[in-house]
Amino acid sequence: MATSSVSKGCFVFKPNFKKRKISVPIEDYFNKGKDESEDSKLRFETYHLIWQQMKSETQRLQEELNKNLFDSLIEFLQKSHSGFQKNSKDWGSQIKLREIPTAALVLGVNVTDHDLTFRSLTEALQSHVTPYVVSLQSKDCPDVKHFLQKLVSQLMDCCVDVESKEEESAQKKTHCSMDSLSSWYTNVTQKTDPKMPRKKRTSSQWQSPPVVLILKDMESFTTKVLQDFIIISSQHLHEFPLILIFGIATSPIIIHRLLPHAVSSLLCIELFQSLSCKEHLTTVLDKLLLTTQFPFKLSEKVLQILTNIFLYHDFSIQNFIKGLQLSLLEHFYSQPLSVLCCSLPEAKRRIHSLSDNQCENIRRLPSFRRYVEKQASEKQVALLTDERFLKEEAQSLLENLYVYHTNYFLVLRCLHQFTSSLPKYPLGRQIRELYCTCLEKNIWDSEEYASALQLLRMLAKDELMTILEKCFKVFKSSSEKQLGSTAKKIEELLAQFQSLDEAKEEEDTSGSHSKGLQKTDLYHLQKSLLEMKELRRTSKKQTKFEVLREKVVNFIDSLVREYLLPPETQPLHEAVYFSAAHTLREHLNAAPRVALHTALNNPYYYLKNEALKSEEGCIPNVAPDICIAYKLHLECSRLINLVDWSEFIRGTPTTAWLPSSAMSAPGIRTSEPRAAEKRNVRT
Amino acid sequence: MSKPELKEDKMLEVQFVGDDDVLNHILDREGGAKLKKERAQLLVNAKKIIKKPEYDLEEDDQEVLKDQNYVEVLGQDIQGSLKNGSATDGGNKVYSFQNRKHSEKMAKLASELAKTPRKSVSFNLKNDPEIMINIPQCSKGHPASDKVQLKNNDKGEFLSTTPRGLRKRLMEDDEGVAQECEEDANEVILRPKSQAQNRVVSAPVCKETPSKKMKRDKTSDLVEEYFEAHSSSKVLTSDRTLQKLKRPKLDQQTLRNLLSKVAPSFSAELKQLNQQYEQLFHKWMLQLHLGFNIVLYGLGSKRDLLERFRTSMLQDSVHVVINGFFPGISVKSILNSITQEVLDHTGTFHSVLDQLDWITNKFKEDSSLELFLLIHNLDSQMLRGDKSQQIIGQLSSLQNIYLIASIDHLNAPLMWDHAKQSLYNWLWYETTTYSPYTEETSYENSLLVKQSGSLPLSSLTHVLRSLTPNARGIFRLLSKYQLDNQESPSYAGLSFQDFYQQCREAFLVNSDLTLRAQLTEFRDHKLIRTKKGADGVEYLLIPVDSGTLTDFLEKEEEES
Repeated sequence: MATSSVSKGCFVFKPNFKKRKISVPIEDYFNKGKDESEDSKLRFETYHLIWQQMKSETQRLQEELNKNLFDSLIEFLQKSHSGFQKNSKDWGSQIKLREIPTAALVLGVNVTDHDLTFRSLTEALQSHVTPYVVSLQSKDCPDVKHFLQKLVSQLMDCCVDVESKEEESAQKKTHCSMDSLSSWYTNVTQKTDPKMPRKKRTSSQWQSPPVVLILKDMESFTTKVLQDFIIISSQHLHEFPLILIFGIATSPIIIHRLLPHAVSSLLCIELFQSLSCKEHLTTVLDKLLLTTQFPFKLSEKVLQILTNIFLYHDFSIQNFIKGLQLSLLEHFYSQPLSVLCCSLPEAKRRIHSLSDNQCENIRRLPSFRRYVEKQASEKQVALLTDERFLKEEAQSLLENLYVYHTNYFLVLRCLHQFTSSLPKYPLGRQIRELYCTCLEKNIWDSEEYASALQLLRMLAKDELMTILEKCFKVFKSSSEKQLGSTAKKIEELLAQFQSLDEAKEEEDTSGSHSKGLQKTDLYHLQKSLLEMKELRRTSKKQTKFEVLREKVVNFIDSLVREYLLPPETQPLHEAVYFSAAHTLREHLNAAPRVALHTALNNPYYYLKNEALKSEEGCIPNVAPDICIAYKLHLECSRLINLVDWSEFIRGTPTTAWLPSSAMSAPGIRTSEPRAAEKRNVRT
Repeated sequence: MSKPELKEDKMLEVQFVGDDDVLNHILDREGGAKLKKERAQLLVNAKKIIKKPEYDLEEDDQEVLKDQNYVEVLGQDIQGSLKNGSATDGGNKVYSFQNRKHSEKMAKLASELAKTPRKSVSFNLKNDPEIMINIPQCSKGHPASDKVQLKNNDKGEFLSTTPRGLRKRLMEDDEGVAQECEEDANEVILRPKSQAQNRVVSAPVCKETPSKKMKRDKTSDLVEEYFEAHSSSKVLTSDRTLQKLKRPKLDQQTLRNLLSKVAPSFSAELKQLNQQYEQLFHKWMLQLHLGFNIVLYGLGSKRDLLERFRTSMLQDSVHVVINGFFPGISVKSILNSITQEVLDHTGTFHSVLDQLDWITNKFKEDSSLELFLLIHNLDSQMLRGDKSQQIIGQLSSLQNIYLIASIDHLNAPLMWDHAKQSLYNWLWYETTTYSPYTEETSYENSLLVKQSGSLPLSSLTHVLRSLTPNARGIFRLLSKYQLDNQESPSYAGLSFQDFYQQCREAFLVNSDLTLRAQLTEFRDHKLIRTKKGADGVEYLLIPVDSGTLTDFLEKEEEES
């Protein structure tokens, strides 16, 4: 069946055998693409497992991060609603009753993440506050009628069970007014009242649960709709306890810009601020990458690209996770040895069952080759010929890699504690920046590191002590044995600092005695001060504190030098590090414009034909017609006369123009530029 | 530009601000960040530029580097980046103004072509070094041989046939440049004028200008380009049209046949490219199943590639192919084909949103349902609207609907804001194919193909030939009148009364009844159209474009 027609643009294809589902398992696509695929099934399963773990971890993180916000929101809702309850009984404060309790939720510009937040918010509200939670989007509500319709239909849906669904749907269309809503509400609450004690003991203190309406993207609602709705619902507030939640991406001022005073005075607004997305990113990175929990790691370039897309493009955690997923997928898809990218015991087991081909793959790894070259000659031979020996060696190497990572992250965090409080942040404020630098190269070779150490040597005692305490906690938190001695060392240092306190007091008292100041004139004072300065410079007698500080700095420096080696130095790192940064950028942050430009200006780039090589700014005469047409268009873009053009082509010797094509009709060539113009130039 | 800079130090503030404003105005297009940088540089470097002209070059380089900063930050410079073009070009070229320096070259070239006999055409080109250099086809690798060849052929005529006008112009141009160099600091303000003058005189400016002009730094160029781009001066164009070519228009079929005979160059390389893309099919399937959607971009039609993907991978699954380039396509029709043909639903829906909801529910309920959507040209006229994109995005965000689409427009990614992008969850794949957009453009009219809607010349003559001489005379009268009046925009047609008068004077009819009978016959053959004017008078019009009409008259003249 053809897919072009002059009468329609959609073509549906259904396989002939009706409903016979032979859906190919996804794994098949995983291996078929490659000719020789090693353990592809296992690899895909590992991918799936790790991805599921990462996903659930991020979700857990998200919930954790939102917990504070949600708690305070729920508290606000309960408080404001309890006011309603009281009021409804004693009718005391009429004025308060007119105000709709409103929570303005400032969520930041990362619009893509909002959906997730709102979803979990809805769940949280439904389980804690009220079953009646409705969320609306601006695109569903072009006017008040639609607004109410949506509201009603969602309300009905969220409370009505399977029974009487038909009936309700009939109702939906007939009347959607605030009156009907409030009557419905009284109906429902009365109906459920007897049921309440049985059903929901937790929220039974409320006879009438509030109705929470979430406006997801407050900014894009039409002002008219919002105003009308607010005015109307405020009239019905005493019988229809509504609570609004505005989702705001920009700033809370927008409320006053959208709503005139007359309307905004009907609201009782409280502001809530969500966690900034950068902090969110830091936590995600911390929990997903800076940990040995997940074996998968990113190389410096990849991490850089992902964070840059985040910081420069969208601030979206969602997208960051997507990038992470893609890199995970790419890693398992392209690297046959990624089968070893799993938990340590599992990986050890897998090494045993590696095929000969996979062993060959291991031998081909550059990091492994470097490792082999360093070994003694007989061991080299054994590594390169004996499979079993290789496997055993690989096991120990993997174990080393694991230990390396554990130590790495501990020391990294420790170093971060030291550098994050330095003025001007020579090594970055965030741990991810530090991580990137460490991944890239030997950090101690960098100037920034030197200056950071310089600054560390000037820290005051209390600062130093707090940092050391934090580091101590970091090391204590890990159960690893290797760095247990380090923790002890830190403890010792801390103790020394404390003892310094006592010693210093004595010293101070003795020092002040000798410095008995006599009365003197200005000249002498100056002179003696200068002398003192000179003295200090030459004979720089270090105090105990300075000695100790030096010790601390040297200590951290030695830690860094020992443990923060870049991963490239580790054999077998290719199995767990994903480094194909360019593919990631290609797929996530593509530049169609650049691609078009290159295709038109430099066809050699794609076609790889020597005849197409040309200097900058020229186009060879054998280039595809469309490139020539584009170039010509650039030369005189405003008006191209097709007649002149075709005449010109015909007039010039064909050898200079078109060695390839038989010029049966010059007109033909003029149809090219039209296509070119249409596609590329109509900006 | 060096001059205004000099003045800056000692002159009034006002002038400086004016200059600045101009800069502002121009550079805005290139983005605010760059503007700041450049301005800062200007202030700092003003003196240096004057001291050593070569500095200019360096600075340009720096400029390019600066543009790349952002690009580099994004890791653009990662080694071995196979695709995405040579990003080292920087944004400078991709996002710059179009080079407007030689805007009239083509027109001028054309007029020269028109004036001179064919033999000297190629020679003319040679003579004018400018044109020679700047015509893209003369790649630096080849011109030498061409030149030699041409010289051998045309040496004799070289001196004699050089159009005098051209030489003269070149000289004048030199003078113009000299004048320009004498201009004072107001140059920036005056430039448009002087440019315009220069331009009227002749186009070539750059290559022959003295080195002084080269000193201008980039900003000045931008200023110049701005005014050139916005100057309203008349552009010299050739008025020759396709109708004037003594060649009958082809019909669609012949054109297609002719085109199919032209073998594309580099077919081996293209084939290799395509094979490279075909190897990705499995990966695409994998990624589609894992919740990503795939968008293809790059030069050349991607329809064939997608078709191959469809035939090789999707034979056993339900899929819908959507031709975005089809002029009658709409979201409604896409949704309809999903509900009616895929899901076998016979009912109707109140609105597109209802339909979308229904589909969403259906797919969420039944997780065994799977649907592939292939959209050719997601960025087509009909689908690029915000609402359409939103709906397609929502469809594609469903777990078991897989979308693979292609885009072609330069600015297609602008269709999607962050929210939509997250709906689509795109993975981008570059597939530059260089294949012609044959199918995609088949719904457009080509200038070379005769339009089926209007009355073509041949049928005009055919019908006329079967008429009496008088009738032909009547028609000729009307067409002449129409041609005479075609310039006036308010021309509504010839009123019947006037026409009758004219016909009587030419002894073509004797009563208005005979004329009416004639006109009825014309109308039956769709040769004329009548319109009632505002005053109730009948106006007669020939629904044929003036070019065809002129041809027709010429032919008539020949015959009689």
